[in-house]
Amino acid sequence: MAARIRSRPLLVAVVAVVILMLTLLAGVGLGTVPISPAETIGVILHRTLGLDLGITWSPAVETIVWDLRVPRVLTSMVIGAGLAVAGVVFQGLLRNPLADPYVLGTASGAALGAAVAVVLPIQVAFLAFTLLHGFAFAGALFAAWLVFRLGGGGGPGGLTRLLLTGYAIASVLTAFLTLAMYVSGSELRQIFSFLLGGLAAASWSRLAFAGPLIIVTCLLVFRRARALDGMLLGDAAAHHLGIDVRRERRALLALGSMATAAGVAISGLIGFVGLVVPHVVRLIVGPRASLVVPISVLAGAWLLSAADLVARMLGDIPVGVVMALLGAPFFVILLGRSRVRYEL
Amino acid sequence: MTFADAVSPAEAVAAAAHAGVPILAASALSVTLGGTSIIADIDLAIASGDRLALVGPNGAGKSTLLRALTGMVAPSSGTVTLCGSPLSAIDRRTVARTLAVVPELQELPFGMPVTDVVALGRLPFEPPLTGLRGTDRAAVDDAIERVGISHLRDRDVRVLSMGERQLVFIALALAQEAPILILDEPTVHLDIRHQVEIMRLLTELNERGTTVIAVLHDLAFAAHFFPRIAMIADGRLVADGPAQDTLDDDRIRSVFGVDPALVRLSASRA
Repeated sequence: MAARIRSRPLLVAVVAVVILMLTLLAGVGLGTVPISPAETIGVILHRTLGLDLGITWSPAVETIVWDLRVPRVLTSMVIGAGLAVAGVVFQGLLRNPLADPYVLGTASGAALGAAVAVVLPIQVAFLAFTLLHGFAFAGALFAAWLVFRLGGGGGPGGLTRLLLTGYAIASVLTAFLTLAMYVSGSELRQIFSFLLGGLAAASWSRLAFAGPLIIVTCLLVFRRARALDGMLLGDAAAHHLGIDVRRERRALLALGSMATAAGVAISGLIGFVGLVVPHVVRLIVGPRASLVVPISVLAGAWLLSAADLVARMLGDIPVGVVMALLGAPFFVILLGRSRVRYEL
Repeated sequence: MTFADAVSPAEAVAAAAHAGVPILAASALSVTLGGTSIIADIDLAIASGDRLALVGPNGAGKSTLLRALTGMVAPSSGTVTLCGSPLSAIDRRTVARTLAVVPELQELPFGMPVTDVVALGRLPFEPPLTGLRGTDRAAVDDAIERVGISHLRDRDVRVLSMGERQLVFIALALAQEAPILILDEPTVHLDIRHQVEIMRLLTELNERGTTVIAVLHDLAFAAHFFPRIAMIADGRLVADGPAQDTLDDDRIRSVFGVDPALVRLSASRA
């Protein structure tokens, strides 16, 4: 499989893009107001390229397609891609299969930021961004920075220290989060919905913030695929293969944290994608980062957008619930069927 | 000629050899870690084509010397030069193309087929995005064949025995196609047959032109397979030369604190 995928990267890319397009059509078409694929394509082409295909639709359909569903599906794709790549980065760098985008405390940092924004008796809004988005984003980055600094910067042999520092900082932040929830009173529901995660808050302007940030981050991670590969063998071996371990680790941790922070600021905490997608991709294509990174981008984008579609169909239940209920059993089956040669 | 104007590491090495410059040298090298002196004042010049065994008791500083020679630790005083240029001034990837170090045996975080692990040896050559090119694949195949692990190509490294894994990591270093090969206790954990196989492989590589530097614990192997032996004790170089000069009875007794007869006894098996 790996060899077949490796020898036909273009085919894989085309198939993946087609699947993502179909998911986009389904994501836009399905919902309380069903919209036909023809109308969807018509609206999208009309709004993006100014093309007119002779299909007509009502203004309400145009609003639903262009202002609500298209940005929501695209946002889910971008965030899914970012979380999956962050998972690849953290699992590879920390040489730990249980690592996920939140190991450096980004989740608790973002959650605390969001909670503080909710509890503070001030309302600030800039374009589509409220204090909650800003604080969640800043909180995630601050937590990652703090863990990195206190954890010894992941210097040679310091990976365990970094992981444990992440755990310790997350505990402290979670304690403050609990406190904020305790005093939040009637705002508790808002904090709670951030913790559950979801894409209901997606909009074009929010996508315009998170999208470019995550896409550029993914590209920069992809450029560092060699370093990720070298570090699979440990710091010493990576050094001997010509990799500046300290610099690459710092850059990759920053990129992974950035992708995570940009995502959670918009969608709240979404689990599962970042932990599971990299593993599934490795089971299929092997562990080389030059393949794992781009394919995880596609797989993460697909998984979160498909899960969000199902979640919407079921009455807007939290997307994390859908992924865990449908994804986890699939993951367990996949683990059981995989051959030793691509053992996790 | 320095690395700056040499077209390839091989060319820089050839030029160094031609000019009589050692391809790898430590001069007055000292390393102090956390206030403790680990190695002190070591002068060691390695010429192109050398096959050198570094021996000495545990904790004598052999591994630290290797780490300094490969740029893993910075000297606290003295210098390390590669083909006459200070090691710290040479671009890391150029160093990796000149000097291959067999990685320590260790668990990989994810399963990986042997070919993919060996292919990591091509990282210093790969452009950032393209992955393996034809020349890289050829180097990987060649390394796998030379080490004699073609039958393991598609196996997951993590299910292999220690001996097989050691061969995989040697193949990884060979895939770097570097003129200098460095190994730190390559025979540790291995049974006697694998130990001998690795010694033969190193001899053969050296005879084909690769400079080989290995830290060895087994004095008998060192004496039998290595024409040049450098002995480290208490962080200092105490002897450097052919086995008959360096491994004499008095020195074995004073440095290792064992009866030299034991070393000769084990030598008879090699």
